[in-house]
Amino acid sequence: MVMEYITHTWHWAISGFLIGLIMLTLIYFGKAFGMSSNLRSLCAMTGVGKKIPFFDWDWKSQRWNLAVVFGAMIGGYVAIHFLNDASNVTLNPKTVEQLAAMNIDAPNGKVLPDALFGNQIFQSPKMILILIVGGILIGFGSRYAGGCTSGHAISGMSNLQLPSLKAVIGFFVGGLIMAHFILPLLF
Amino acid sequence: MKLFKFILVGFVFGIVLTKAEAVSWYRIYEMFQFQSFHMFGIIMVAIATGVIGIQLIKRKQLKDVEGNPIVIQDKEKGTTQYLIGGLLFGLGWAMVGSCPGPIFILLGSGFLSVGLVLFGAVFGTFLYGLIKDKLPH
Repeated sequence: MVMEYITHTWHWAISGFLIGLIMLTLIYFGKAFGMSSNLRSLCAMTGVGKKIPFFDWDWKSQRWNLAVVFGAMIGGYVAIHFLNDASNVTLNPKTVEQLAAMNIDAPNGKVLPDALFGNQIFQSPKMILILIVGGILIGFGSRYAGGCTSGHAISGMSNLQLPSLKAVIGFFVGGLIMAHFILPLLF
Repeated sequence: MKLFKFILVGFVFGIVLTKAEAVSWYRIYEMFQFQSFHMFGIIMVAIATGVIGIQLIKRKQLKDVEGNPIVIQDKEKGTTQYLIGGLLFGLGWAMVGSCPGPIFILLGSGFLSVGLVLFGAVFGTFLYGLIKDKLPH
């Protein structure tokens, strides 16, 4: 019974509340909730800061955030391998129809479509390029904007920051352009 | 083990984002098609919880776990960097359906292909650092 609640899709109200609490917990620990700065840490760790001043920063002071990421990876592993259910990711039937028109497989309990993330994509230069370019946009854009969904949409908006509202407007304009005009050209 | 409590917070974060399906490419696509309230609900409730929590922290001048006053830094003022950076981020977010948190969570879950997204994201961060001074902010 309890297990059923855990393995089914968590209600948005419960999920949102818990994400808010996670952000507040990090504030209580004297830190801030923001995931994209870990990407900067990963760059700084390579020692590239000797040549590029932006990466000449004390990433060791950010080790706590890498610990959060490490925990998140284990959490993801546990959730995907032990807490999943065939009922997961039940989409709007209209969405499934639209995806089928682009030859993207329906979820049927999976969190990611095989068409984009299945291991066969390693044989497709087009798909490899799509995933890398998407990643570049995420990395470049989040650093340019000084934060991502966690740093701006959740942390910044919770602290009523106007710059974060501007960033979130940018997130959605970019997302809408991609989802409505560019993805249909790619698939 | 000063870092243990952060690993624990991350662990919970990984489970919550996965079970909320916020790590799902499908959910992000569905959100941008306005075909479900799910993701909007998550983001709005998270912000509402955060607003109430931060107001409590500020009004009661609460202290952090080590007894220091809690100071939440304001974001730097500006417009261009937020709109253009945000737009580029949004394009990537809808393209591969994950933001930085989920990239790590999905990789930990065993989706090898997400490694390509992480590679791109680190490279994109590097590119920004490289040409930062030439960009309008």
